[in-house]
Amino acid sequence: MTQISIRRLAAATGIDTRLLAMAGALIVIALVFNSFTQGAFLSPRNLWNLAVQTSMVGILTTGMVLVIVTRNIDLSVGSVLGAIGMFAAVVQVQILPPDVWWNTPLTILCAVAVGITIGAFQGFWIAYRAVPSFIVTLAGLLIFRGVAWMMTEGRTIAPMEENFQLLGGGLRGSIGAFWSWFLGGLAIALVLFRIVASRRRRHRYGFAEKPLWGDLLTGGLWVGAISAFVLTMNAYNRPGTQIPQGIPIPVLLLIGTVLIMETIARTTRFGRYVFAFGGNPEAARLAGIDVRKLVLLVFVIMGILAAVAGILATARLNAGVNSTGTLAELSVIAAVVIGGTSLAGGAGSIAGAILGAVIMQSLENGMVLLGLPSAMQQVVIGSVLILAVWADVVYRRRVA
Amino acid sequence: MRTPLIEMRNIHKQFGGVVALDDVSVTLHRGEVVGLLGHNGAGKSTLIKILSGAYEADGGEILVDGAPVTIRSPRDARANGIETIYQTLALADNLDAVANVFLGREIVTSLGRLNDAAMEHATSDVLAKLKVVDLKSVRAPVSSLSGGQRQSIAIARAIHFQAQILIMDEPCAALGPQETAMVANVIQELKRQGLGIFLISHDLHDVFALADRLTVMKGGRVVGDCHTADVTQDDVLAMIITGRPPA
Ligand SMILES: Nc1ncnc2c1ncn2[C@@H]1O[C@H](COP(=O)(O)OP(=O)(O)O)[C@@H](O)[C@H]1O
Ligand SMILES: [Mg+2]
Repeated sequence: MTQISIRRLAAATGIDTRLLAMAGALIVIALVFNSFTQGAFLSPRNLWNLAVQTSMVGILTTGMVLVIVTRNIDLSVGSVLGAIGMFAAVVQVQILPPDVWWNTPLTILCAVAVGITIGAFQGFWIAYRAVPSFIVTLAGLLIFRGVAWMMTEGRTIAPMEENFQLLGGGLRGSIGAFWSWFLGGLAIALVLFRIVASRRRRHRYGFAEKPLWGDLLTGGLWVGAISAFVLTMNAYNRPGTQIPQGIPIPVLLLIGTVLIMETIARTTRFGRYVFAFGGNPEAARLAGIDVRKLVLLVFVIMGILAAVAGILATARLNAGVNSTGTLAELSVIAAVVIGGTSLAGGAGSIAGAILGAVIMQSLENGMVLLGLPSAMQQVVIGSVLILAVWADVVYRRRVA
Repeated sequence: MRTPLIEMRNIHKQFGGVVALDDVSVTLHRGEVVGLLGHNGAGKSTLIKILSGAYEADGGEILVDGAPVTIRSPRDARANGIETIYQTLALADNLDAVANVFLGREIVTSLGRLNDAAMEHATSDVLAKLKVVDLKSVRAPVSSLSGGQRQSIAIARAIHFQAQILIMDEPCAALGPQETAMVANVIQELKRQGLGIFLISHDLHDVFALADRLTVMKGGRVVGDCHTADVTQDDVLAMIITGRPPA
């Protein structure tokens, strides 16, 4: 009975039952931590921090979904982001003149260019030289960690320019109450517009229309979620003041990345080919798709995202540190897999991966609040990974 | 003599030391169904993969409507109106019927976005024409469909893009009797519309029912070419086994 009604609900709103289940798991996790920490977990301050902490891994998961959907893996993202983060610090502090307006934009441009180059380099070996991605990116993990160290012989490079630091969401790195509401309002308008447009389109082509209450519910949920998010971000004041922080800039970067990557994955030929190739590489090839270029491009995108994550990490630390991003690949892959992306390829969702990243980060954040030793945290995270994938296997079997 | 729709001349193909095709020449006319026969390993699949752009020939030439063409990729083949339905159903199982029908040739809006509504509309149209029964939804992953329905999706591709030449490699190998009959009906309908069809099948009975002409291969060579009306199944069987035309 409850099962049937949940399924009807899912069909009417167009929300994946898997996403619904993950959201449920997240709520349970949040409530449990909140009661054990006397309300500290769900305080605006902690949620604000949680959002900032999730942004780096979240940005990387959006690309890792495409990598894994095409039956590949990228073990190098942590090292690549470390190397690019260090490179950005070297460019900004040691090469470009300080205190000129174009220092930060040029630094970002250089970092992204390096990300594209590294992605193309790894993608070339995988797509055109048929070396398995596991090997190429395992080599990349070693190579780029080494490169991060060699750039400065292990020295830390600091400080970064002030406007660069904003990207990390530091002291002033959020947009305040007004702009948060402005963007929130824009997002709400966009969501409502898309629901209406989709109803019109289905009507025009004479397809079965979704029930009105389903669309209303979907719209209501979105409006509620966006408002709650903005309210929470605005509820946290800058330390020692009454000025609301608003949405942190790294979180805006994450949201922007998700929107762009979702658009690419769902509405472009490239995105369609990524999934087709993952489902049946031979069918994709026989359909006339240039599958090697496709795989190369997926790794180029991953390289760009690693650059963005590297910039964000360096900005947040206000320094280039050669160990930045160590083990990030594991958090990213875990988040993607928890989010329902199949390592067999062909199936995956960016929204799921982001939820996976939030779940992982919540667990980590909550355990830190509880003061669990880090060894214990690792045991918990590892166990959750196995449980989540097992739940996914069971889910798939029941759907099939 | 009419110009053949397709003429493959002196095709040669080698995989390492294995000669898969040795000086093979075949023709296909408009509104004609040619059955390609031969034992496993005779070279049938290799021949049609060259025509469909999956393999590149080492030698020989291909003429469409009498004009020489270069086919180096599946894209080239499609540009010449050649559609292929593969022995191993070449569908992306994780995607829906719409995505599969249009794979590689999606309809996009002026901004370059996938126009899913238009593609869904067209897919429903073609599948209705094919009288595909019990298809729950054109938006369900094709892994949930029956063998016959999956085969219809491959055929729907050919019809929607108005193929002139259709290649079917064992189209009924994975199908039940009813679905086989459905495919047979489609073949006859397309033939009436003037398409040329290469049909590869192990089932002599099916081939005799559908093909106008038979080309028999053995060991990478063409060993016989005859009108279906002029031979018996026993003659053809002997040709397949011995590699010699009937006395
Ligand atoms: N990709 C390939 N690599 C190596 N040898 C192949 C390949 N494809 C076909 N062959 C060889 O070419 C010959 C013809 O095979 P094929 O065209 O599949 O025959 P058929 O379809 O008539 O059964 C066989 O000897 C087969 O082993
Ligand atoms: Mg074969």
